[in-house]
Amino acid sequence: MQLIPCPWCGPREEAEFHYGGQAHVAYPEDPSALTDEEWAQYVFFRDNPSGPFAERWSHSAGCRRWFNAVRDTRSHDLLAVYRAGEPMPEVAS
Amino acid sequence: MTSPPGAHLPEHPDFLWENPEPKASYDVVIVGGGGHGLATAYYLAKVHGITNVAVLEKGWLAGGNMARNTTIIRSNYLWDESSGIYEHSLKLWEGLEEDLGYPILFDQRGVLNLAHSLQDVRDSVRRVNANRLNGIDAEWVDPAGVKEICPIVNTSPDVRYPVLGATYQPRAGIAKHDYVAWGYARAAHAMGVDLIQNCEVTGLETAGGRITAVETSRGRIAAGKVALCAAGHSSVLAKMVGLRLPLASHPLQALVSELLEPVHPTVVMSNAVHVYVSQAHKGELVMGAGIDSYNGYGQRGSFHIIEQQMSAALELFPVFARAHLLRTWAGIVDVSPDASPIVGLTPVGGLYLNCGWGTGGFKATPGVGDCFAHTIAHDKPHPFNEPFTLERFTTGALVDEHGAAAVAH
Amino acid sequence: MTFRTSTGGAIDRNTLLHFTFNGQKLSGHPGDTLASALLANGVHEIGSSVKLGRPRGVVAAGSEDPTSLVQIEAPFSEPMLLATTVELYDGLEARGLAGQGRLAALPDPARYDAKHEHCDVLVVGAGPAGLVAALTAARSGARVVLVDEQNQAGGALLGVEEYLDDRPSAEWVADIVAELKSTPGVLVLERTTAFGMYQDGFVLALQKRTDHLGFAAPATVARQRVWRIRTKQTVLATGAHERPVVFADNDRPGIMLASSARTFLHRYGVLPGSRAVVFTTNDSAYCAAIDLAESGVDIALIADARPEAPARLATECAARGIEVRAGQLVTGTEGTSRVTVVHVGGEKIECDTLLVSGGWNPVVSLFSQARGKLRYDAELGAFVPGEELSTVRVAGSATGELDLNACTRQGRDAGAAAAGAAGFASGGQVPLPVSDSRCTARSGLVLWRVPGDEDASFVDLQRDATVSDVLRATGAGLRSLEHIKRYTTIGTAHDQGKTSGMIAAGIVAEALGVELEDQRPTTFRPPYTSVSFAALAGRDRGELHDPVRVTAIHPWHVAHGALFENVGQWKRPWYYPQPGEDLHTAVLRECRATRESVGMMDGSTLGKIDVQGRDAGKFLDMLYTNMMSNLKVGKIRYGVMCGVDGMVIDDGTVIRVGEQRYLVTTTTGNAAKILDWMEEWLQTEWPHLDVHCASVTEHWVTIPLVGPKSRAVLGEVAPDLDVSNEAFEFMTWHDTVVAGVPARVCRISFSGELAYEINVTAWHGLAVWEALMAAGEKYGITPYGTETMHVLRAEKGYPIIGQETDATVTPQDLGMSWAVSKKKPDFIGKRSFARAENNRTDRKQLVGLLPVDPEVLLPEGSQIVETDRLPEPPVRMLGHVTSSYPSAALGRTFALALVRSGHERIGETLYVPVEDTLVPVTVTESVLYDKEGARRDG
Repeated sequence: MQLIPCPWCGPREEAEFHYGGQAHVAYPEDPSALTDEEWAQYVFFRDNPSGPFAERWSHSAGCRRWFNAVRDTRSHDLLAVYRAGEPMPEVAS
Repeated sequence: MTSPPGAHLPEHPDFLWENPEPKASYDVVIVGGGGHGLATAYYLAKVHGITNVAVLEKGWLAGGNMARNTTIIRSNYLWDESSGIYEHSLKLWEGLEEDLGYPILFDQRGVLNLAHSLQDVRDSVRRVNANRLNGIDAEWVDPAGVKEICPIVNTSPDVRYPVLGATYQPRAGIAKHDYVAWGYARAAHAMGVDLIQNCEVTGLETAGGRITAVETSRGRIAAGKVALCAAGHSSVLAKMVGLRLPLASHPLQALVSELLEPVHPTVVMSNAVHVYVSQAHKGELVMGAGIDSYNGYGQRGSFHIIEQQMSAALELFPVFARAHLLRTWAGIVDVSPDASPIVGLTPVGGLYLNCGWGTGGFKATPGVGDCFAHTIAHDKPHPFNEPFTLERFTTGALVDEHGAAAVAH
Repeated sequence: MTFRTSTGGAIDRNTLLHFTFNGQKLSGHPGDTLASALLANGVHEIGSSVKLGRPRGVVAAGSEDPTSLVQIEAPFSEPMLLATTVELYDGLEARGLAGQGRLAALPDPARYDAKHEHCDVLVVGAGPAGLVAALTAARSGARVVLVDEQNQAGGALLGVEEYLDDRPSAEWVADIVAELKSTPGVLVLERTTAFGMYQDGFVLALQKRTDHLGFAAPATVARQRVWRIRTKQTVLATGAHERPVVFADNDRPGIMLASSARTFLHRYGVLPGSRAVVFTTNDSAYCAAIDLAESGVDIALIADARPEAPARLATECAARGIEVRAGQLVTGTEGTSRVTVVHVGGEKIECDTLLVSGGWNPVVSLFSQARGKLRYDAELGAFVPGEELSTVRVAGSATGELDLNACTRQGRDAGAAAAGAAGFASGGQVPLPVSDSRCTARSGLVLWRVPGDEDASFVDLQRDATVSDVLRATGAGLRSLEHIKRYTTIGTAHDQGKTSGMIAAGIVAEALGVELEDQRPTTFRPPYTSVSFAALAGRDRGELHDPVRVTAIHPWHVAHGALFENVGQWKRPWYYPQPGEDLHTAVLRECRATRESVGMMDGSTLGKIDVQGRDAGKFLDMLYTNMMSNLKVGKIRYGVMCGVDGMVIDDGTVIRVGEQRYLVTTTTGNAAKILDWMEEWLQTEWPHLDVHCASVTEHWVTIPLVGPKSRAVLGEVAPDLDVSNEAFEFMTWHDTVVAGVPARVCRISFSGELAYEINVTAWHGLAVWEALMAAGEKYGITPYGTETMHVLRAEKGYPIIGQETDATVTPQDLGMSWAVSKKKPDFIGKRSFARAENNRTDRKQLVGLLPVDPEVLLPEGSQIVETDRLPEPPVRMLGHVTSSYPSAALGRTFALALVRSGHERIGETLYVPVEDTLVPVTVTESVLYDKEGARRDG
């Protein structure tokens, strides 16, 4: 079980968090302007890299805030956490 | 004196396969030497006479999810599309031992999918009825029937989530995963397929919209066609040709106990309580947990998932209290949005895709091997994998097996 | 005959413990393990092997033993324990196993629990290196946890009789333990095995708290406890296991690891036999031989595989009359249930014991679990930690260092470094003891096996896997150790290959002609030693498996005989049977009473979310398919929510409480999910919106009061409220006082009847419920449960999310296009409605079904087909029955169903296969009762 450093509460047990998949996938400005392919990309397709991955977590059993993290999906090491709205920090993989 | 408990297990053959150097070129290169890759190679050779084939495996053959799954085989899925391919697979399982000439310990001991709520009951009955109309053996059994089939299940109404009944598929069962993989590998090798281990694919080469070769840790290998059978690593491979897949790779944990005298005659799965368990031929209890929530390629999950698993297992099987956890491990499952696989062509000519099986890949091994080989040989999907295109995510023609098919294992 | 020494050992010779093994009554002493007590009684044959049925004895003294598997029969049956790890107690009954145990038929009466512990430095292993590491860290002020699997600290020192600083090592150990235990912030856990090492310093350890007490174990104390330790730094001082050498017939009882024999002698005062041959590749076995000789064992011979025996030790042996033959190998043994003859250099030597030492394997399981890379140490013939990790240090013989002085120095360095890394300055040097040990075990020869009968040369004694099995595997074309492990099953038994794994790797490398340096060891997986399922389940069993949620009115439901349905974590009244009633008769009665007079139910489990803020309306417009921002204060609107894929995920009512405030209701099962859903959108996509959400589900008790007489009942208990239809319109709400309690009353209906939903704070819920019951008595007010609620709504064609829907159903499929806004530019799911699949004309749509025979009740979940005779499978299915009930109001049975092109099929006859018959049904609109809506206003 990982220790996840919530940017609001500090390190907490993984069991307190809810996973939210890839970060920085914005809801389209105007969905009606998208082709079916583009819309499908938004709805179903996500990056799935082996290595650093910017992803969303929610501290659901704590402050209930969503935040972003960069995690290495091979080692599961959290390389950075940052608050929603902040840009993804540079991390060394 | 009675015979020792482990005396009845079959021996492996004296010869399995050679370990050749890769040739400069093949008609078909299969990426991924797991169950699906090996089965695909076997059916390519056997059914389609295509034997200039290499199976490339970055580690050891069948060392990924094939070596890590809990070997449940069943075909009692809800939707017609799933029924088609899984039942095709089950029928192949039924003749596989003879087909491969390998003792795969396929044991049709049946599977119970338990229902714990009134909605579970409705969903279960719905699935049973759909199965029967699709020609799949299925029945609904009440708690007394559950007890009769598997006496150690706690069917008392006084537990937190009482068992309200179950679906039962008598033809379902288990097999010995390594034996299956090795049976396919040996038979494929005997027909001329090259099995190349420790050979990691590092790039896919295309020209004019067609696949031409694979770059590997053991050099470039030219290929007429390339078939991806890489389960959890599919996204990484697809990205090499700029193809994005609707997949998330998650850790999925499983565990075994020490060897125990037979207590569990069937396979029991519970969606609501999150447990699935069988007792393997040697006597160990084999159990799977839920997937870990996050993406991960580390073949390792979090221990609280195992603890939850144990608490669920003891709710259903109080008799397991003093069984011991002997070993835990994790695989990497590639989960698709509708819990159904993606099998078929890609926008790149000569590149074929087989992924997204999530937790259901093992049982599909013969079926998808056969259908995928057909797809590769004819450059056209087999009718059984036709519904499982990548395009369905654009049109919306999903095959959603989350809702009513119990745990998608 | 007893093999107990007259003195020595950490046992209480004055107390006798009686136990039974394989039906034989025997005795031992406190401090014994089952294994030591058996050996003291001369019992070496414990069980038999799993495949060949050959006798199996005791090979090692600790948890690495591959063979001494027993089944405990009393005090409570437990399978597959090692006799070497079962502490003896009075009344113990056990039997030896053939590699397979038996589960108890009775429920386990014991308790189990788990405890969280946070520390700066965790030290695993209380041997000399671990003790020094722990004390060094403790003196720096760090919070230290020291765990050890034994019932006392000391590690390898427990098995030798050596002096540290010119005094018995036990005294040195006791001093350190005493200081540790008296240091604040230090926790010393005995009988505690660290079995799993995960990320971020998460270590799991199993403490056996009462196992050793046997029948005297208090029922109220958790038998075993899982410690969930979160540590900043870890020092692994896990020691090393002696490994054997493989030779022909190396599996007979009486063949034991040399150091283990020494442990049995010094720790338990037990001799392994009368006459022993020693076979070694290194110095350490000499000390065992000398100690045993001094205790009266006739050492027939030391066969040292090395070309030259160590001079000083050979001299010591000579002084004791022990013959040492260098360059000699054991090539075979004889005997049936016990070794009787050992073959050395063509000579047959009679004996009852063969002690073997093939060198030492550092215990690297936890290091490997922590993802530390291993390196092959050719001199040692073993894998050792091959890299430094930032939070995990290794000290002592776990590193491959076998000299005690060096081990304690490593312990001190590791303890200081770990404390330093955790932010603690040195608290002064712990003095290192000087050992009088004579055996430097590192000076060994790496020897995996002695050539001989490969079919009888056992690599894994538990799995009956032999050298010939390994060679068959390599001959079959297998190259990977993982494949060979699976082909032979080596290392997969109870001991997980603790003594066999390295040897197997060595034999494979020899067979393949490759260097072990280039080989990857097989993966070490948790747990290090086996852990009972019950210990891992802990307290999360029975009622605590998943918390039960009940409403404030729950006691009333129980008192009035309700049967309950699990809905999510909630217990909801399902129906209230009166004497002699089954589900159907009770529900018919409840339905009839409600439609004809008045009924009420406990709707408190309905999810309720308070949504506030300047942009609340705008936000709800995005979440719901219909418009919410134009809802007037005081009004209520029904709404449907979809996922981005356009499939219905929930429904409920929205009431506008104020200009900037809405109260949203959700289905019972989805309450938490919908709150999550709202927060996710607000925080991750629309943080600019001024909206706040809070769950108020538990705040309110909600009571739907339903039926033509509901107005009269409400009027009585809410005298301030004008309940007339004109003053209190459908889909509006009023704040008032009900039964003397402030209440919010909504006029909504999920049954088509005149109905009110009374909301009061949970504290007053029961009182208000009882007041309504009293006021309604004269109308025969009837409490009803979820089943009646389902029937009443189904008669009106209202879907239940999760019953009529299954994540493939759109609002249009449900016939709710009226609830999908055409005006809003966007809402979640809207874009998906334009996809090809959504615009097929043959989508499954919600309709009603009336069986042609009005008495026939269709089973829910039945499939629907087009023809009155079934063709061969696969049969084309048009849809399925989602809900089905007998209806008091309709005087017949009816059903709801999702049917392909259902809306176009109204009036058609379709068929429902039920067992062996096909039931004809007529497709109808989904609304079957009061289509005009005449009953709504009473």
